Amino acid sequence: MEELVWLIPTLPLAGFLLLVAFGRRMGEPAAGWLASAMMAGSFAATVVVFAGLFNEPESHRIFTQSLFTWIAVDGFEVSVGLLADPLSITMALFVTGVGALIHLYSIGYMHGDKDFSKFFIYMNLFAFSMLVLVLADNLLLTFVGWEGVGTCSYLLISFWFTDEQNAVAGKKAFVTNRLGDVGFMLGTFVLWTTIGSINYLDIDAAVSAELIAGVTATAIALLFFIAATGKSAQIPLFVWLPDAMAGPTPVSALIHAATMVAAGVFLLVRMSPVLHEAAWANDVIAWVGVITAFVAATIAVAQNDIKKVLAFSTISQLGYMFLAIGTGAYAAAMFHMVTHAFFKALLFLGAGSVIHGMDDRQDMRVMGGLSKFMPLTTITFLVGWLAIAGVPPFSGFWSKDEILASAWAFDSGGAALWVIGLVTALITAFYMSRQVIMVFYGRPHWRDETARTPAPASLSAAAENPGGDGEAELDVDGLARLPADYQPHESPWQMTVPLVFLSLLAVVGGVLNLPFLEELALLENWLEPVTLPHEAGSGAELWALASAATAIALIGIGSATVIYQRRRVSRELVERRLFSKGWYVDIFYSWFTGHPGRRFFDAIRWFDEKVIDGAANGVAGLVRRSGTALRSLQTGYVRNYALGVAFGTVLLLVYFITRIQV
Amino acid sequence: MPSAVIAAGATNGVGFPLLTCIVALPALGAAVLACLPRARGDLLKLVAVLFAVASGALSIWMLAEFDTAFDGFQFVSRHQWIESFGISWFLGVDGISLFLVVLSGVMFPIALVAASPKQDQKSFYAWMLLLMAGSMGAFVALDLLLFFVFFEIVLVPMYFLIGMWGYGNRVYAATKFFLFTMLGSALMLVGILALVILTSSNTGQGVTFDLVELAEAQGVGLVAARWIFVSFALAFAVKVPLFPVHTWLPDAHTEAPTAGSVILAAIMLKLGTYGFLRFGLYLFPEATHWFAPLFLTLGVVGIIYGAVVATMQRDLKRLVAYSSVAHLGFIVIGIFALNAQGLEGGVLQMVNHGLSTGALFILVGFIYERRHTREISELGGLQKSAPILAGVFTVVMLSSIGVPGLNGFVGEFLSLLGAFRGARWWGAVATLGVVLAAVYLLWAYQRVFHGSPEGENARLRDLSLREGLIMVPLVGLIVFIGVYPRPVLARIEPSVDALVAHVDAHVEDFEVEEIVFDPLPEGNDDAEHDEEGGED
Repeated sequence: MEELVWLIPTLPLAGFLLLVAFGRRMGEPAAGWLASAMMAGSFAATVVVFAGLFNEPESHRIFTQSLFTWIAVDGFEVSVGLLADPLSITMALFVTGVGALIHLYSIGYMHGDKDFSKFFIYMNLFAFSMLVLVLADNLLLTFVGWEGVGTCSYLLISFWFTDEQNAVAGKKAFVTNRLGDVGFMLGTFVLWTTIGSINYLDIDAAVSAELIAGVTATAIALLFFIAATGKSAQIPLFVWLPDAMAGPTPVSALIHAATMVAAGVFLLVRMSPVLHEAAWANDVIAWVGVITAFVAATIAVAQNDIKKVLAFSTISQLGYMFLAIGTGAYAAAMFHMVTHAFFKALLFLGAGSVIHGMDDRQDMRVMGGLSKFMPLTTITFLVGWLAIAGVPPFSGFWSKDEILASAWAFDSGGAALWVIGLVTALITAFYMSRQVIMVFYGRPHWRDETARTPAPASLSAAAENPGGDGEAELDVDGLARLPADYQPHESPWQMTVPLVFLSLLAVVGGVLNLPFLEELALLENWLEPVTLPHEAGSGAELWALASAATAIALIGIGSATVIYQRRRVSRELVERRLFSKGWYVDIFYSWFTGHPGRRFFDAIRWFDEKVIDGAANGVAGLVRRSGTALRSLQTGYVRNYALGVAFGTVLLLVYFITRIQV
Repeated sequence: MPSAVIAAGATNGVGFPLLTCIVALPALGAAVLACLPRARGDLLKLVAVLFAVASGALSIWMLAEFDTAFDGFQFVSRHQWIESFGISWFLGVDGISLFLVVLSGVMFPIALVAASPKQDQKSFYAWMLLLMAGSMGAFVALDLLLFFVFFEIVLVPMYFLIGMWGYGNRVYAATKFFLFTMLGSALMLVGILALVILTSSNTGQGVTFDLVELAEAQGVGLVAARWIFVSFALAFAVKVPLFPVHTWLPDAHTEAPTAGSVILAAIMLKLGTYGFLRFGLYLFPEATHWFAPLFLTLGVVGIIYGAVVATMQRDLKRLVAYSSVAHLGFIVIGIFALNAQGLEGGVLQMVNHGLSTGALFILVGFIYERRHTREISELGGLQKSAPILAGVFTVVMLSSIGVPGLNGFVGEFLSLLGAFRGARWWGAVATLGVVLAAVYLLWAYQRVFHGSPEGENARLRDLSLREGLIMVPLVGLIVFIGVYPRPVLARIEPSVDALVAHVDAHVEDFEVEEIVFDPLPEGNDDAEHDEEGGED
């Protein structure tokens, strides 16, 4: 049954091609249904392959399928080949599963957009690229998918391109990712020149044969980590992800929360045999991960845009995954990636439903009390909230707990990693509770006269405009046009059904990998042929760590209630300027590229115009002036000079060179 | 030991002198045009396109008949020309020139169809056809003097195309172009004569301009060879162009009419990189190897410098022109990496650059025809008024950036991989260039196509059927080579391997470390070494 693996990426590709050819004619909603059907088919194919793989004995759960040779030059051979193993199929399952749900949701969300079918063209192309990334049997084909998803992300962020801000955000995402891609390419170069292959199975074999030694392994690991910091928005390349929220909300959910941004994590898990040899590179990964988790969480506390909170939260949660990778807990990283995909997609789609119901408003300060108007959205959002806050028994608790346990057990600086991770968990519970209270409870601020004066948006909140026709409604202060008796409304079924599905997954996702018994660690056992097994502490210790994590989550929720529900403490106490400004990182980058960077570029252009070209023109001028002096020879045509000069030079040089006797 | 001899032979069962026809047809077309009445614009264009298409069709037939396994020259045709000086009409193609001939066969008809000269159509089309003949000839000539003649011939039509049908500053640009390239090639003529005379006196045989004989004889000493190489290299460096002799390029590209820019970028720049391969590396393997660090450095400088200067351009066409400096840098480092990946990547990238930059110039031409400006700040929001134009531009732009799945990536990646393999640090720095390509192209795209269109931009006409059809073959090839480059690479490979073997055979301290995947390492350091090299 594994032979069907080619079908998994091919179906979205077929959808893409069909929509390119006929999408415009199919129009709404047929184009959306076709795209969704392709995703559903792809999911079905993945399930079949999964079943086939599952029925094999553990040591045989590797299936490769080579479709054709892509590039072959003197020992550098790359085939378009697929690798179905527990890791790739796990990824494919949630990419196609969550992807299908988000495609369905988009049919409702994109209703009325004039580029409805184009949206689904990009979505299917994205799904295809993501599946190539995941299923590729070698690094270069993964890179094809890697760049493909980046390109689709660019196209979808700038989907409503008439707004300059969206266009800038798309470009920023692409260029920032490109910086990381340099790491990917160099890592591939080093790997190939070291072992002569870039096939994943060959890499495993080479590591077993000790062909990838200390320094080389460290270099390779760091280069691929650079790639991952781009795609997975880690320090220092995380700045593009918050801006990427300019894209339509289903895009934020699918690409910028559940799947694409997890690609960096996937890549490192795929390269885990090399990472295992990579000495201090692992410390770098763990520390960058945990610091990113902490910094992004603090920023999320001070955001007022409903999607920006979730964006920084995504960066923070990805930081946890890198913490897991750095401490060697690859299965835990994958576990958190899967549960995060469930609850973060859920939260984003919930936010999209809120935005939809609020007539395209995203500022949480003008929301409030929505639970009465959007019951389904509220209930499902609450599930997502409990899951990400780490309240047992919701899925996020189990996966985050495992990462913290692994940090605790890490031999160099484990306690420090654990403490920062735990504090981040507290902040996570806090900012998510803040969001839930601001959006769904308390006073309905959209009825407030005072709330209608828009406060300066934090970090250039990009308003979005689903279903509109472009210009008219793009401003955040469009609120003034809300009629006094406005009633927020629940979203159509295409949007709420995915919410319900995802909330179910967010509740029960934890059973994938329960800590109590070794047999219950389903995901870890399933992934074991790919990732190395990882021991993290004994029973009693685990209980203690879990209790601490639970307590911390409840403290976070409690303190948010005190500040935002009861209003006992001023919110300024936590919403620091440093946080709302995103630790000034993005501001610094913009300043740097805008001022010294731009001046440097301008200087080089000046150099080209004045010095290089100036020299050429200067010589020409000199020739012309001496030409005037030798008026008798002047014919007025520059060509003649050239000819004369050339002819003379030729004669002279022929003479001299033929004299050279060497 | 691999065969180091690049043999001449194999006519591939084509019963007539195919290459001669490919070269002669456009020239004949120019002659026919000369006899046609000046007033019949449509007829003139039709005849010109027909002759170009005929020559292009023959080049495609040649591609079909090409013997993939053979590493020497094919479709050879050879006739004595000036016997006493050993000059002959000697043509042939191998894997290195094959796709450049085909590229010319594709781009010239497209450029002709896309062209719309305002005045004196007769001369315009005649010059274009003569240019085609010259380019084709330069790519297939295997006699040094014959090559030189073709190499020079192309200057004249291009000079007039820029000078008479160009934009604003056209005379300045045309003269600058002419002087730069002329000075370079004058030195090359010196080099050719010196090489021929020295070889003849050292080997004691008669004078010959035969490329294969000269290359196999390696009849000049080390120092002389290096000097002669420099004279060749200068001519090619101007053509490529390499930093710092690139300043003719932005002016020429920008002021040339669309068809001229397309041919300049797609075909004529390749004469430089092709020259480095065919006449630099093949004739002077030792000197090329000796100078490689210099040219790798210039290539890397070109990649970064060209991209930075491109970023800051205010004129869309000038931006595309500077992007060529950066793109050709990738080709140069691939060539001077002196290994199979770099060389094959370089050759493939010549074709890729021709397709994508040619397409970009055509698209910029379409925009200019509508708006009569190339100032980026005057444009904006075009994606709303002309979505199809924007879509095609996006695909071509992504190809130029080097996004995998499209052609640009394969060549660029192989060039970089080869550079990294042969000269690690140069390769690593050059890889940074992939970021800059995204910067200048995406920024330009954002300013030209994104945002809300106003005034004339809002009323911009989308692509017409004719314009769409012009883009179809280009976009088709861009996608095809990106997805399935095997057929192209497989035809380039034997000749590149032979070239590497040729270098290996003639350069003493040259060594390409073999890279094979072998998870069970025992004693695999059996890298065989041929001790021949040049005599001292």
